Amino acid sequence: MRAMIVTILTAAITNNYVLVKFLGICPFLGVSKKLDQATGMSIAVIFVQLLATAVTWPIYHLLLAGRIDFTYMETVVFILVIAALVQLVEIVLKRYIPALHAALGVYLPLITTNCAVLGVTMNNISDGLGYVDSLLTSLGCGLGFFLAMVLFSGVRSRVANAKPTKSFEGLPITLISAAIVSLCFFGFAGVIDNLFG
Amino acid sequence: MSILIPIIAVTVIGLLCGVMLTVADKFMSVPEDETFVKIRACLPGANCGACGYAGCDGYAHALAGNSSVKTNLCVPGADAAAAQIAAVLGVEAEDVVEKAAYVGCAGCEGYKDEYQGIQTCAAANLLFGGNRACSFGCLGYGDCAKACQRNAICIEGGKAHIQSNLCVGCGLCAKACPNHLIRVVPDTIKTIVRCSNTDKGALTRKACSHGCIGCKKCEKECPAGAIAVVNNCAVIDHEKCTSCGHCVEICTTGCLTAVDLTNATKCAG
Repeated sequence: MRAMIVTILTAAITNNYVLVKFLGICPFLGVSKKLDQATGMSIAVIFVQLLATAVTWPIYHLLLAGRIDFTYMETVVFILVIAALVQLVEIVLKRYIPALHAALGVYLPLITTNCAVLGVTMNNISDGLGYVDSLLTSLGCGLGFFLAMVLFSGVRSRVANAKPTKSFEGLPITLISAAIVSLCFFGFAGVIDNLFG
Repeated sequence: MSILIPIIAVTVIGLLCGVMLTVADKFMSVPEDETFVKIRACLPGANCGACGYAGCDGYAHALAGNSSVKTNLCVPGADAAAAQIAAVLGVEAEDVVEKAAYVGCAGCEGYKDEYQGIQTCAAANLLFGGNRACSFGCLGYGDCAKACQRNAICIEGGKAHIQSNLCVGCGLCAKACPNHLIRVVPDTIKTIVRCSNTDKGALTRKACSHGCIGCKKCEKECPAGAIAVVNNCAVIDHEKCTSCGHCVEICTTGCLTAVDLTNATKCAG
């Protein structure tokens, strides 16, 4: 149990995919303007990341690294499988759970080719994690994405209210504040180890 | 041989995914609203957002779902699209309100200094509000004419003129003007205020013989109560204006002007 919590927290905070590993920056900058959009996107990411890991881990270990080794096709196969999977999930949700489909809205198809989703699945493999650990790590990464999005949407609305200089308005000041938020997250390095170690 | 198996495997995976999606789409897809499909076919598909919705799909959804949404919001599709949409929905067709731009300045006679810098309005305006006697007026370097994609603006006598028959009311010139003189209005209006000077009357008169001095004569005499003097400059409420032309007759400086914005061909707007 303790190990599980450590895995999730490590993935969410010390190894935060957005702010420490710099993956999934496009939705981080694109949809973090408003809190409700940020939440919708993050929930979609958590959902898809878990699902993608659940499917790609067996594919890698049973098929790609099977009798004939063609693990070099990992990226291509993973993109293919994740994209198809998300499309399928969208069709199923639209049919059977329209409320959830409406809530996730455009974000679901948007993250089919998101680098954070692909990055998590591939890092799980290259770190040599088992199935359960992989799933826990993806959950943690999703939660970390959620945390980063919610925090940053707050930062952005504060920055917008502060009326930055005209030449810094928009993306420039957003990138600068993203850098500072990222620096803050580097401060978490070692916190989890010391807390639970 | 070793390259063949990965190729086959990846192809098979792709094929399986494709088949899976096709089957899922066949059995589980939710049929689109029929009205939506029909309305969407009437729209031009430019996704310009002029209707106020995210795109053509958004507008079609709104029309199909809500009968109070107006059918005449599509500017690129104009009357043809509006008529088709109205036919699909079974309501009476409304004309698309076409728009045109006019310049809210009649042109200065005087200059207060000589300007030899970069020949654009934006640059000239940065230096003490331009070189004209009136700092609110048209600078005449043609930033608006450069912004216009239909060559509808000419600079004549040091002032921008808009040819309404070419103007489509896109508003690019209004964004380019550093003094915000250009206004985009429905092309049916017949009376405009050709001045944007908010100085007190005496100062305005010193700079320009046909600027609005804020005498409030029009405000008092307008039978429809459509004119208000705000910040020493008359403003017409085009919703209330009946185009009676009374204000044009009584205006002491001549800044209230009668115009035809539908098809003026030469330097009228």
